[in-house]
Amino acid sequence: MATEILMPALSPTMEEGKLSKWLVKEGDTVSSGDIIAEIETDKATMEFEAVDEGIIAKIVVAEGTENVRVNAPIAILVEEGERVTVVPTVVNAPVGLASGLQLSGPTPVATKVMPAPALELVPTSVELDWPEGTELRHQTVREALRDAMSEEMRRDDSVFLMGEEVGEYQGAYKISQGMLDEFGSKRVIDTPITEHGFAGIAVGAAFGGLRPIVEFMTFNFAMQAMDQIVNSAAKTLYMSGGQMGAPMVFRGPNGAAARVAAQHSQDYAAWYAHVPGLKVVMPYAASDAKGLMKSAIRDPNPVIFLENEILYGRSFDVPVMEDFTVPIGKARVWREGSDVTILSFGIGMQFAIEAAEFLSADGIDAEVVDLRSLRPIDYDTVLASVCKTNRCVTVEEGFPVGSIGNHLSAVIMERAFDYLDAPVINCTGKDVPMPYATNLEKLALVTTDEVVAAVKSVTYR
Amino acid sequence: MAARKSSSKPNVSAEELLKYYKEMLLIRRFEEKAGQLYGMGLIGGFCHLYIGQEAVVVGLEATAKQGDKRITSYRDHGHMLAAGMDPGGVMAELTGRMGGYSKGKGGSMHMFSKDKHFYGGHGIVGAQVPLGAGLAFADRYQENARVTFTYFGDGAANQGQVYETFNMAALWQLPVIFVIENNQYAMGTAQNRSTSTPDLYTRGEAFGIRGETVDGMDVLAVKDAGDKAVKHCRSGKGPYILEIKTYRYRGHSMSDPAKYRTREEVQKMREERDPIEQVRSILLTKNYAIEDDLKAIDKEVKSVVNAAAEFSKESPEPNVEELWTDVCI
Ligand SMILES: Cc1ncc(C[n+]2csc(CCOP(=O)(O)OP(=O)(O)O)c2C)c(N)n1
Ligand SMILES: [Mg+2]
Repeated sequence: MATEILMPALSPTMEEGKLSKWLVKEGDTVSSGDIIAEIETDKATMEFEAVDEGIIAKIVVAEGTENVRVNAPIAILVEEGERVTVVPTVVNAPVGLASGLQLSGPTPVATKVMPAPALELVPTSVELDWPEGTELRHQTVREALRDAMSEEMRRDDSVFLMGEEVGEYQGAYKISQGMLDEFGSKRVIDTPITEHGFAGIAVGAAFGGLRPIVEFMTFNFAMQAMDQIVNSAAKTLYMSGGQMGAPMVFRGPNGAAARVAAQHSQDYAAWYAHVPGLKVVMPYAASDAKGLMKSAIRDPNPVIFLENEILYGRSFDVPVMEDFTVPIGKARVWREGSDVTILSFGIGMQFAIEAAEFLSADGIDAEVVDLRSLRPIDYDTVLASVCKTNRCVTVEEGFPVGSIGNHLSAVIMERAFDYLDAPVINCTGKDVPMPYATNLEKLALVTTDEVVAAVKSVTYR
Repeated sequence: MAARKSSSKPNVSAEELLKYYKEMLLIRRFEEKAGQLYGMGLIGGFCHLYIGQEAVVVGLEATAKQGDKRITSYRDHGHMLAAGMDPGGVMAELTGRMGGYSKGKGGSMHMFSKDKHFYGGHGIVGAQVPLGAGLAFADRYQENARVTFTYFGDGAANQGQVYETFNMAALWQLPVIFVIENNQYAMGTAQNRSTSTPDLYTRGEAFGIRGETVDGMDVLAVKDAGDKAVKHCRSGKGPYILEIKTYRYRGHSMSDPAKYRTREEVQKMREERDPIEQVRSILLTKNYAIEDDLKAIDKEVKSVVNAAAEFSKESPEPNVEELWTDVCI
């Protein structure tokens, strides 16, 4: 029987990929384990092995094709002796329309669908972080972070990067791609899997006059290093009466990726924002990732820099400037509006922005504020917006109890009580460890629909 | 395929060898199937395959008695199958379905079976090491002569909590076997790039813990070493370290392109040291089995794995109420 070889999913976040190269041609016999193609995922180029044996009767997707959806048929395999003419001819079929080609393949599985990028992602904000007319370049968050670190390492030779797989592997999430080549192993340092130890060594190095950037493969693993971050890095400046501190950056992906379950899917924003002595930033756009990273490296305090795996591959406008920085502690009005203030940060911004678009179709004009920094928080911008709109919804991925939203609600209540026309609503992740199952994971995460519902509730619509 | 002479037990029985063959094959075929289901999007997130390392768990499980415990990392499918857990239940957990061991809530890296004394499935590198010693602590406390197999990788062997655990395990004479599955890589880091001295089995010396190194591609050698370690632990002499030299054929997880080693290195290991081929070759040369016997086993294993895969696809997604259950009692 002819079977379809389907575009494989080769990483937790992959939805489509490039079929870079076929290593077999039509008529070739393959057996299980043979490498038949090279496929470029969102993270790397992977070799794709045959799972069944047979003869490649037809190559459906030509090499070099980009954006091939996972589970789209890419070739047809027949058994020895089988007449190749039974093969359905699907030449020139448009790639990506997998459903039309699903003959006998597996039922397509519901994958976590990213919101259509058709939504306007350009801030309508009046306040940009760069001079009007500056040339802009479309760049991924991943590239922006690497550029920021590299620029700072060129500028200041006391800056160095350390962490698991940052060097030879080029970064577990490819953030430090190319940096070992440029800066060498003295400044791009692969560590053993010993978070508590290397975090402590980095804090000591910062006491000793260097400016370490510590990459945690993900912030889930920074839990191992929590004591050094909180008790050593955050508190020493205070305990030494200002004599010494830890000018350094702890960075890495934070929050849920896709289907990596409870121990790998936590948002630590509120945890770190709790600690005096730390600065905490959590950018959404690539320009903020870049500008805040440069500020974080220069900052004389320990800065927790919370990134997001799902955002790494997203592109945004980044100004082309000699030395572009974004100040820590300053929010950004992403979208101006008059009916309600939606406060968010990091990947929560995606839901806030989407909700604002939906709401505007319903005649509700939402102002969206990206906090960007969680310690210090730009209360002035938050309060100015709430005093204007008189209603507020917060959006974040983390757990509900002791959330950033809880804190903002308290501050708004204390300082703008008389301006409020409705109680502030916090949209958060659910109060459960992250489940693995697809359907449960969707339910556990905060959604655009929940933000829309919250806004309707505070605007009494 | 060249069979390396198994220096250990020359007089091992046909039954025993056939059992190892079948158990290792089950793990291999199961993992291959899991890889396929991942490619089809039926399994998500991180999925770490055990292909190449089968002799480690099969050899050690052969030394375990009813009631002994085991705990490991995220690379856990082989451990569960070797412990006698149901392949359908394991596969259904990988697909995130109700019929999975954790009702679909844990996934590949986080699975448990109280029944089979399998205590996980842990996603944080090194965290299972003190937990394993804690299980042994409970056994010692209850004076029940059980042992705990605590598995961890060469990468995990550098975590600080491992050494805190070594100290207490030795201090309190806990019946725990620390099994270091040295597959030579921690993700993309070759062992010599992460450890200051090459031998991991000597790392208990400072704490007075005896250790030895074992050829992990030879199931009989693993079984032998396991017997010794179990005897030591069960007789109340405290912990034991086995550094088992093994090799993973696949990338670290499904999304690892494994560019840090050559294709030849992997190929050489597969061709010259494969644990399943070694047993197969002994079976045939000693006339313990003929090709047809082995074919029949292959067929049987394949059908078990296919049934597990079918079950894992047909089992329904968890009920939405499951989102809120099991958080606290
Ligand atoms: C505390 C912690 N740090 C980092 C990681 C990411 N990580 C997962 S597996 C792994 C490599 C572990 O290698 P090893 O202990 O040799 O086990 P193997 O994967 O080879 O079985 C790393 C770095 C993690 N899960 N937990
Ligand atoms: Mg390893």
